[in-house]
Amino acid sequence: MGSFSLNYLLRRLLVFFLTVWVAATLIFIIPRLAPGDPIQAMIARMTQFEGYVENADLIIEAWRKRFGLDDPIHVQYLRFLGNTLRLDLGYSMANFPATVYELVGRALPWTIGLVGIATIIFFTVGNLCGALLAWYRTPRWLKVMIPISMTFTSVPPALFSLLLVYIFGFLIKINERPLFPQVGAYARGMTPEFTLEFFSSVLYHGFLPAMSIVLVTFGFWALGMRGMMVTIEGEDYMILAQAKGLKPFYVLYRYMIRNAILPQMTALAVSIGTLINGSVLVEIMFVYNGMGSLIYSGIANQDFGLIQGTSFILIVTSALAVLIIDLTYPLIDPRISLEGR
Amino acid sequence: MAENTADTPVAGGTKKAGLLNRFDNPWMNWKFLTGAGIIGLIFFLIFLGNQFWDTELALAGASPLNMPPVGFTNWRNQEGIPEHPLGTENSGRDMLALLIVGTPRTIGVGAIAASVGMGVGIILGFLAGFVGGWVDDVIRLATDVTITIPSLLVLIVIQAVLPRIDLVTMALLISMFAWATPTRYIRAQVLSMRESGYVQMARLSGVPTRDIMYREIMPNLLPYLAASYIGNMTGAILSAVGLELLGFGPQRIPSLGVTIFWSIEAAALLRNMWWWWGIPTVILAVVFIALLLINLGLDEIANPRLRKAN
Repeated sequence: MGSFSLNYLLRRLLVFFLTVWVAATLIFIIPRLAPGDPIQAMIARMTQFEGYVENADLIIEAWRKRFGLDDPIHVQYLRFLGNTLRLDLGYSMANFPATVYELVGRALPWTIGLVGIATIIFFTVGNLCGALLAWYRTPRWLKVMIPISMTFTSVPPALFSLLLVYIFGFLIKINERPLFPQVGAYARGMTPEFTLEFFSSVLYHGFLPAMSIVLVTFGFWALGMRGMMVTIEGEDYMILAQAKGLKPFYVLYRYMIRNAILPQMTALAVSIGTLINGSVLVEIMFVYNGMGSLIYSGIANQDFGLIQGTSFILIVTSALAVLIIDLTYPLIDPRISLEGR
Repeated sequence: MAENTADTPVAGGTKKAGLLNRFDNPWMNWKFLTGAGIIGLIFFLIFLGNQFWDTELALAGASPLNMPPVGFTNWRNQEGIPEHPLGTENSGRDMLALLIVGTPRTIGVGAIAASVGMGVGIILGFLAGFVGGWVDDVIRLATDVTITIPSLLVLIVIQAVLPRIDLVTMALLISMFAWATPTRYIRAQVLSMRESGYVQMARLSGVPTRDIMYREIMPNLLPYLAASYIGNMTGAILSAVGLELLGFGPQRIPSLGVTIFWSIEAAALLRNMWWWWGIPTVILAVVFIALLLINLGLDEIANPRLRKAN
C-alpha cells in the first residue's frame, strides 16, 4: 500500500477547490449576463409563465435582501461565495417557503444511490468482460457474445431508457400489469421508511433506471479494458509468469487485471462528469425522485434559484467523487508515491 | 535537414502508397468502413429526401394529426396513408419531413461544437506539451477542472437565462466544454512524440518550434486527431440532445431531440404513438453507433497494438 505523496495530494485538492470555485462563480455570473435586474426578470418570467406569482413581493424582498443588489458587484460576489460555502442556496421560488437546501437534501441521496449502484455494476461487469475478451483461455462463445452486447455503447442513456420503458413498462404485460413501473422511485402512496417492503419497492423501481445507465455504459469499459489487457499480454513479466508455471487464474488476476485496472480508475474519474450528465436525463425520463427531476421541475416552473442550487450541488458532488477516486488511486497503485506526480 | 521538414507531407504520401500494396492496409478495417458507410448512407438519404420530399411538411399544421405509419393503425383505428409514410405527430408535422430536416441539424450542432473544441484543443494541447512550465500547469489545471464539471448542468443554467437560442449559439455554448478532452489527449501524445528521434533531429537542425509542432508532429497525429474529433462530436451531440430533451432548442423547425421532447410532453408513450418518439430515437442511436464504429476504427489505425488483438 502506497502513501500519498504530498504533491499528488495537494494537486488533487487544488483541482477540487478550483472546480467548486469555478462552479460558484459561473452561477454568480450567468444570471447577471442577462439584461436587466435578475430578480425582476425572474419574477417577470414566472408571471408570464404561470399567470401570477404567489407572494411575489415577499420573494422580491427576500432575494433583494439576500443579494443586496444595491451593493457594488464585488461585495455581492463575496457575499454570494460566503453564502454558497455555507450551503445557503436561497429559496426555491416555486415552493417559496422551502429553501433549495431542503429540497436538494431530499433529492441528493436518491441520485447518489442510483448513480453509485449503477457505477459499481457497470465498472465491475465492463472490466470483467474486457478482461475476458483479451484472455487466451476465455471460451470462444463468450468472445462472440460480449461484442454483440456492446452494440449499445455510445447510445445516450436517456434515449435507451425510453426504449426500456416502452418495452418493459408498456409492451410486456403480465396479468394486465406492466412488468416494471414506468415512473417514480418507489410505489405511490408509500412513505420512505426502513422496512423490507419499502426497500424492495425501491429496488423494483430503480431497476430500469439503473439498467439504462449500465447497459449503455459497460461496453465502453470493456473496450478500454481489452485495450489495456492486449498491451499487458506483450510484457516480459507475462512470459516470466507463464514460465514459472503459475495458475492461469492467478496470472489473470494478479498480473493482468491488477495492472490493467489502473488506467481504468483514472478513466473513471475523468468520466464522472459525463455520467452525471447522463443520469440527470435518465432521472427525468423515469420521473425518479432525484436531482434530475428537481432540475426539471425548476425548468418547468422557471424557478431559477432551484436550477442554480441543484446544479451547483451536483457539480460539487461530482468533484467530490473525482477527488475520492483520485485519493484511492494510490492505494491500488503503489508506484504513484514513488514517482511523486 | 530543412529539406526533411519540407518532405514530411510527401513522406506521408509514400507511406500510404506503400501500404496500398499490402493486404493489411489499416484503413480497410471493417469498423471504420461500416461506420463511415452508415454516416454516408444517412447523408445520402437526407439528400434524396431534400430532393423528393416536401420539407415544408415539417412545420406545424401541415398535415393531419396523429397519423400512424403505413401498415399500422393508431388508437383511433386510423390506418396509415401513403401521403405520410412514417406517420404524423400531434401538431400535424410529417415524421419523414421531420427526420429529413432534423437529422442534419442534430449532426450539425455536433460538428460545429466539435470543430471549435478541436481547434482550441489542438492549440492548447500543443502549447502545454511543447512549452511546458507554468503554461503547462495552467492548461492542465483548467482541463482537469473543465472535465470534472458536468457540462450539461452549466448549460442548463445558461439556457434557463437565455431560453430561446438558435442551434449555432447552442453549439458554441457546448464547445465551451468540448475543448478539454482533446487538449488532455493531444498534450499526452505531444509529450510522448516530443522525445522521439525525428523530433530531436529536427530540433538539432534548428527547425523553428512552430514548424516542428505543425509540420513534423501534427501529420503523425492525424489518426489520433481524427479519432478524438469523432469522440468529441459524439459528446457534443449528446449535450445538444440532452438540452433538447429538457425543452431547450429550436421550436419552429425542430431537430431530433426537440421532437422526442415534445413526444414525451404529449405522453406519446401512453398513447402508443411509438413512431413519434421511436423513429427519432432509433436514428439517433444509429448515428451514435456509427460514430463509435468510426472512432474504434480510427483507434486501430492509430494504434497497431489494438490491430494485433483481432
